[in-house]
Amino acid sequence: MRALCWEGADTLAVRQVPDPELRNAQDMIVRVRRSVTCGADLPLLAGRVPHLAAGDVLGHEFLGDVVEVGPEVRRHRVADRVVVCAGIACGACWFCRQGLFACCDNGTTGTAGAEPEWGQPTGGCYGRPALLGGFAGSHAEFVRVPYADVGAFTVPDGVSDDRAVFASDAAPTGWMGAELGEVSPGDVVAVWGAGAVGQLTAAAARLRGADRVIVVDEHDERLRMVERHVGAEPLNYRYLDVPAELRERSGGRGPDVCVEAVGPAASPGLFAGRPGRRADGSPALREAVHSCRKGGTVVLLGTGTGFVDTFPLGAVLDKGLTVRGGRQHGQRWIPMLLERMARDELRTEHLATHRLPLERGAEGYALFRDRADGCVRAVFSP
Amino acid sequence: MARMGRLASGGLALVLAGGALALVRRHRHRPPTAAPDPRPGRWQVVTVAGRPEEVLPPGRWPEPLRRLDGAVELSARPAPGGRGTELAARPLSGEPTLPGLAAHLVGDDPGRFLRQALREAKQLVETGEVLRADRSRLDRPGTAG
Ligand SMILES: [Zn+2]
Ligand SMILES: [Zn+2]
Repeated sequence: MRALCWEGADTLAVRQVPDPELRNAQDMIVRVRRSVTCGADLPLLAGRVPHLAAGDVLGHEFLGDVVEVGPEVRRHRVADRVVVCAGIACGACWFCRQGLFACCDNGTTGTAGAEPEWGQPTGGCYGRPALLGGFAGSHAEFVRVPYADVGAFTVPDGVSDDRAVFASDAAPTGWMGAELGEVSPGDVVAVWGAGAVGQLTAAAARLRGADRVIVVDEHDERLRMVERHVGAEPLNYRYLDVPAELRERSGGRGPDVCVEAVGPAASPGLFAGRPGRRADGSPALREAVHSCRKGGTVVLLGTGTGFVDTFPLGAVLDKGLTVRGGRQHGQRWIPMLLERMARDELRTEHLATHRLPLERGAEGYALFRDRADGCVRAVFSP
Repeated sequence: MARMGRLASGGLALVLAGGALALVRRHRHRPPTAAPDPRPGRWQVVTVAGRPEEVLPPGRWPEPLRRLDGAVELSARPAPGGRGTELAARPLSGEPTLPGLAAHLVGDDPGRFLRQALREAKQLVETGEVLRADRSRLDRPGTAG
């Protein structure tokens, strides 16, 4: 089959690779219809993630048709159109049973995956270095889906591919942002980042009844999307003093919930901060902590946060803040999100600003990385 | 209750201790519940979603720990708060040279090997199979590309 392979720093190419095969009884194989670029791929693309090898296939947000099922797959049949959660989880361990699918104990293979950066294994993901998980990415004609009954969801007939594919990662991440913030009617919510995750966090906050939702970014075209498609207020930090604006727009209290959805820094950061390496700054997080009302909640969604030093920890103490974060537990929310998509409450297709054949994958990533031509997400069709 | 299994040469001998207290007394420290320690000889523990008798059935060690015949001892105790069973293993003390197959399997990093074996035993109980990685091109002679 054809797949978009990483060849070296900032170099991608479509190559012939072996078709995926069933490896476990709970696996199935999906023929990809849509596969989306994600900010979490950028450190991989840049070659800043250890263990990534030439030939590894990128991509983790995808939708497609089932073409083969393993003997233990119960919920899916050949020809089902499914969206697949970007995170891989078993559905059976204690964490999965608590709904903490991204914390699954059984989502990766091998000892390297079991002994990661943060002391304990976390759930798996498609399109990571083979050594860190063992599952090829989705920018390909076919993908193997482990724990298929747990991670794949049949898409309702009325929901288009370009809408449903965002239920794979961006929409559940946004939903989690609002849920971790316990956004309630009457709340003022501020979201840093107007990419797909930021926009869908804002949309989730509105669906949960927030009174005002304000999105902070520097790109006017993204902020226009926020106004038009989400019904949230834009705040461009290039022209306006963010803490002052947020204070004023929240009656001097500060936003009840502040969500950082900026994604990986453009600068090296993901693995900085190890001994001998530079730690990252996170201006958005600093601003969120500074702006948040007393007793409010700050939520971290941006992947690739890595290590951050000079964090204003005193504000957490003095203002009595709650700080939460996470990778999305999509298995918990995707059915609900698909229902909302079917009811037209949640619209996401505008995020697919660039629809390209897989062959133009390298070009799509360049547009996405550089935010060129108004690119929010590039969507590939193999 | 806690249960200790110990493999003797030629077969399986399951020693049932009188309870968690007996286990503690015998080994002075209870098996650690936090992150594994790479030092050989230490208990390595995983929490498995299942009851002790499912995780470590009497008279029958779970795969892949069964292959460590004569090389390790095991214990299983209920985890607090309904979290399942704490399954612990450590190399048998006083046997720096492991016999035959066990030595081959354990290699030069027994701690790491044991950790992986426990992880696989846990996966088998929880999900019914051990999750396998995609095969690379190198593992698949004759495939296209
Ligand atoms: Zn993603
Ligand atoms: Zn799990």
